[in-house]
This record gives sequence, C-alpha cells and structure tokens, in this order.
Amino acid sequence: MTEIVSTEVATTRTITYRQALNETLRAELEHDDKVFLIGEEIGIFEGSYKITAGLLEDFGPDRVLDAPIAEEGFVGAALGAAMVGMRPVVEIMTINFSLIAIDQIVNHAAKMRSMFAGQVSIPLVIRMPGGGGQQLAATHSQNLEVWYAHIPGLKVVAPSTPADAKALLTAAIRDDDPVIFLENLSLYSAKGEVPDGEQIAEIGKAAVVKTGTDLTIVSYSRGTTTALEVARQLEAEGLSIEVVDLRSLRPLDRDTICASVKKTGHAVVFEDDWLSYGIGAEISATIGEGVFDFLDAPVRRVAAAEVPLPYAKSLEKAALPSAADLAKVVREVLNISSTPNDN
Amino acid sequence: MPDVIMPRLSDTMEEGELSRWMKQVGDEIHKGDVLAEIETDKATMDLEAFDNGILEELLVVAGALVPIGAPVARIGDGSNIVAAGAAPAAPIAAPAAVVVAAAPAATPPTDAPTPATPTATQTGELRTSPLARKIGREHGIDLHAITGTGPQGRITRTDVDRAIVAQEATASAASTAPLAAAPAAVSTDSVSVPVSRIRAVTARRLTESQAVPHFFLTSVVNVERLVAFRADVNESLAALGTKVSLNDLFVRASAVVLRAHPEVNASWGDGVILRHNHVNVGVAVATDDGLLVPVVTDADQKSLGAIATETRALAGLARTGSLSLAQMSGGTFTISNLGMFGIDSFTAVLNPPEAGILAIGAASDVPAVRDGVLVTVPTVKITLTVDHRVLDGAVAAAFLRDLTALLEEPMRIVL
Repeated sequence: MTEIVSTEVATTRTITYRQALNETLRAELEHDDKVFLIGEEIGIFEGSYKITAGLLEDFGPDRVLDAPIAEEGFVGAALGAAMVGMRPVVEIMTINFSLIAIDQIVNHAAKMRSMFAGQVSIPLVIRMPGGGGQQLAATHSQNLEVWYAHIPGLKVVAPSTPADAKALLTAAIRDDDPVIFLENLSLYSAKGEVPDGEQIAEIGKAAVVKTGTDLTIVSYSRGTTTALEVARQLEAEGLSIEVVDLRSLRPLDRDTICASVKKTGHAVVFEDDWLSYGIGAEISATIGEGVFDFLDAPVRRVAAAEVPLPYAKSLEKAALPSAADLAKVVREVLNISSTPNDN
Repeated sequence: MPDVIMPRLSDTMEEGELSRWMKQVGDEIHKGDVLAEIETDKATMDLEAFDNGILEELLVVAGALVPIGAPVARIGDGSNIVAAGAAPAAPIAAPAAVVVAAAPAATPPTDAPTPATPTATQTGELRTSPLARKIGREHGIDLHAITGTGPQGRITRTDVDRAIVAQEATASAASTAPLAAAPAAVSTDSVSVPVSRIRAVTARRLTESQAVPHFFLTSVVNVERLVAFRADVNESLAALGTKVSLNDLFVRASAVVLRAHPEVNASWGDGVILRHNHVNVGVAVATDDGLLVPVVTDADQKSLGAIATETRALAGLARTGSLSLAQMSGGTFTISNLGMFGIDSFTAVLNPPEAGILAIGAASDVPAVRDGVLVTVPTVKITLTVDHRVLDGAVAAAFLRDLTALLEEPMRIVL
C-alpha cells in the first residue's frame, strides 16, 4: 500500500485549472456518496465554464442537479441538505450572483454551528468565479471576496494554480464548515503541474511561491500569477522579490505574511478588488501589527480603480491593476527611480 | 526649484565642510555663480549654482560638515526669503558618529554644542522607517545625526547601515591613530585641537600604510657636483626668471631613474603588481592645515625648467588650499624633503598605494681626503622607504645605487 501511494504522489501531469476542478469533483463524487453538485446549467449544459463536463452523464441526476435560476433557493436547498449530513457542492455562475443568496450564506450557513451550539455543522462548498477583464461589464466582473472573508463562520479559499485548485477543493469538500471556494475567470485555462493521487491542502496556510530578500508581494488567485511575473521581471534588474500566495483569505495565515516581511522589510499587496476596505487593507494592518519594527517603508496596495468596472476594453484595462502598476509601486517602495530625474 | 545640495566632489568624499558662504540670503543668483567654498578630504572647491533665482535660505552655517546629497541652501523666486539672522535655528552640524571635526579651532569638542539636525524637512520632524529606528537603537546610532535618502528624506535601513559603518570606521581610526580624533577627556593639562579634513585624511591614510610591510635603504650622496650644476643652471636660467631648487633636481633625477627601473614605479594591486606606464612624482608640501602631495605628471618627460616651474605653482596652490583633485591624483612615487629644516636624515612613511617614497635630508659637509689633502665634501643622506610586497631589497638597492650615481654625475640629468 505504502509503495503504491508514494508512486502516485511522485507523478504529475500538466493540466488546466478547469480540468483540475473537474477531476477533483469527479474524485470526490466517487470518494463519498454524500457529495452532490447543484447549480445553474451544470448538468446538461456542463456548466457555463465547463467545470462539470461529463459528470451528469457519469453520476446521474441524483448527484448532479440542474437548478432553476434562483440562487437563494438552491443555496438554501444545499444548506438544508448539509444540515442533515449531505456534502453539497454548489456552483454559482459568478460571485456577482451570490448577492442574491447572501442571506443564506451570511445569516444561515455562517451562523448555524454557533447559534445551534454545535448541534449541526454545515459541510457546504460554494464554488464561484470572480474577476474582471472579460468585458462582462460592471455587474458581472466584481471581486467581492472580501464580503465573505469578513464573515466569521465562513472559510474562504482562493487557489492560484491547478495544483492548489485540486488540493483546496478536496479540502473544502471534506471540511465540516461552509467554505467559499473562489475561482477566477482568467485562470480557468491556466496550465500547471498537478500531482496525481489524493491531495488535501490545509485550509488557512499561505505559500511562499517564490523566495526573495528585498520585498514581499502578497497576493492571491489571479494576482499571484501577475505577482510572479513581475517578480521574475524585476529579478532580471537585480531585485530579489518574495511572493506570498495567500491561498486562504479566511482563516488568514498571518504568520507566513509576517515572517516574510520581517525578512524583507518591504511589502506590497496586489489585489483585484477595490482599494478601500479591501483584502490589502487587512494584509497591511496585519503587517503593521505584527512586524512594525521591521518595516523599512510603508506597506503599499495595488488594487482596482474605485469605479464600477467599465465595459469598454480600453477603460476596463485601465481600471484593473496590471503588472506594470505593480512593478511601478515595487520600485517606489524600494526607492528606485524607474525614470531618470528630468529636473 | 531643487535645493542646493552638497555635491560629491571626489570618490572618497563622504561629506564636505561648507567652509565659507560666498553669497548671502537675498542675493540674485545666476547659474554658475560660486555660492560657497567646500573643503573635502582632498581639496577646497567651489560650489556653483545650477539655477537662476534668489538665494532664499542658507540651511547650514559656515564650518558645518554636510553629508553628500544633503541640502545646504534654497534658491527660489524670492518669495520665501528666510532672514539670515533667523536661519538656521538649528544648523546642520556634523553627525556626531561620523564627524572628524567641525568645531572652530581650539574649542574642546566636549564643550561644543551638539544641535539637533533637521533631516530634510522644514518642520524639523524626523522621518524614519521603523526598521531604521530599531537598527539605530541596537547600534546606538543617533538618528538625528543621519540624513535620510529615502522618499521625502526618510531615514531607511540603508542610511542607518551607512552610519554604522562610518561609526565603526571612526572608532577604529580613533583607536589606531590618536591624531585623527580629539581625546575624549577634558584635561587642564592639554588642549584639544580639532583637526582639519586634510589632517584627518592624512592620519587615516598613513595609518593604513603602517599595515604595509616595508623597509628602509639609506645612501649618502656626494652633492658637490650637483650643487655646482644647480648654480650653473640657475645662472643660465636667470634671464628667464626661473630658478631650479635642489628638490627639483631630485624630482628630475628620480623620474629618470624610475623610467629605467619600472619595477620601482609600481604599486601593490591586491594580488598583482601594477607597473605604471607614467612616471608621476609627488612632492610633499607642508601647509598650515597639513601635508599635501601635488603630483608632477610624466616627470621623466619634462625638462628641469618645466619641473621647477610646475612644482612651484603646485606648491603655491597647495598652501592656499586650491589644489584640484586631479593635481593630487595619480602619483607613482613621492619625494619628501626636510632638508630645509636641517634634518640630517629621516624615514618617510609610504604614501599608499605607491611602492616607494624618498626622504631627503639636509646637505652637510663631511671631511674627505682627496689627493692626500683633507677637504670637506657636501653630502645629502637620502632614504628610500619600500613596500616589501612589491620590491625586494636587492631591486630597491639597485634603484637607489643608480639614483645616487646620477645625482653625483648630474650632467646626465638633462639627457
């Protein structure tokens, strides 16, 4: 047995984020017959983003349920099923539509364990993609993760790679508390190496995905891929940048963030949400409270422009935080001028 | 309009003494005007204006030591003039940790006031990163004495690290070269004399040179013919108004022999010996502030008259503190002459990185027997100090032998 497991762990395949999610859902449907999927157009249509491709065919309509266009209704139904011992995995087409179900999520799913004195647990997963950049306009392009990361009683994870998508989704489905599983429209086709066999991440652990000594970039989800790109670009200029991928927004791995900034003395948060009251504000406060004496410059945040995201391609691009924006702020924090002094 | 800042005037400069203001608040300034004189570790230089406008404020008092890059004055449109009497309330003074001397002569440093230093902000608030404060605390660095180079003049880790290095350098210089730093204790038996930049640098450089393994060779030169030769030369040069000193003859003779002994015209270069293509002879000049060594470049290519004229001009500039950096750079050999003080012979300390320095004593008559008759012969004792890493005894001795021979047959000097 041991030999077989270790052989499985040793092999990897390069697959897309989409494929990693699909395979993980399939594996969990096979692993536990209490797991079922519910959401809009996830069955016959195989999901708006094809995450559930082939699953209705293989597991049948009792395990893969097409729901009406009524988010509050099907999230509530899943919540009720979770209360009686099922392990529902809900797909909401995008995070924007979860606002219709927010009462079920915030006032019920997040509260029941505490308000019922631990007599029930809610092993519910709500999968949904966020993010802009697809010209889907202001109401379909939001990054509302901080709404959920703010709520005690929820867990919020946001994988940035196919491997983490697999390991965190497995962990989320097997967790006994409600987990918001944040995907990103621009990551679905991203490829990466994914280990074969069962992989279960520890929810609440960030990862140092690149080590460095001069400055720490903290990010998550799509932002981590941009952060890595910028870090490698700046490395060519002789700057040693560390990248921390949060992976989990709640619980937040404050220790890993602080340990990194303690080493580098400089931090920039790269986030896709809006600046005010955003994820970056929480990270910045964490750093200030944790490693104030080790800061050599103020923590800076690179976030989306504070406007409803425009539909026009040029305006949308201008409003979203870019690699160039991040590189510029990194240079500013390190007090390196990128343009010659023209005075 | 940007502030006028302390410029970097030499590679080794860390700070400059703003020795004298040449303009006053309210003066109209044109680009290129000399605003002040700056004394660095090497020379006194002019601080020129890069902008047109009105001199609105002097941020440091004359005599202050100012780190490179720190603002010293403001030039504007004249709308923000700060009266000279009112400013600066707290002049930028020398950072206690890095400063050699800023106070006026004869004032014991312990009695000197140590005003707080505003760091790049007009309000006098101290901008510093938490990390800089932490490191400063751990190393006993007074952040008020540091100029921040971060955004808005913030003191960052880089600035504190630099101050720590400077502090350590000062501490080690103080322990090995007492001349460089005034004694800490106040005693009624002694008076602490603050040292000039030149003296501080001399102390540091010569302390460094003591780490070089070196040896001395002395030769007694019969200068009978050299003295006669000089008299002949001066007679023929009299019409041109030029005079040749004995020292000029030593410079010329050394240069000629150095050309023939390239192994002496060399220096230790961290694992290799650097043989120099040019023969540049430095001449030690005593000034009121300390020792300076202007350099006669390509002395082997220059006539005696040219060397005499050039040396005289350089010595004049040295005494007025007006030597340029270039005029003190690039030496490959040095001559130090204390003959005029009646010193019979002495050993000179190497002038790094040069491999040799020649110490020349006073001419003195010694008895000699010539054709059975007791006569007196004028002689000069010359002592060569040698960097043993570069040269061995026999090689150095051959050089000194040839130099002695040339000085004793001086006609060859002009060949």
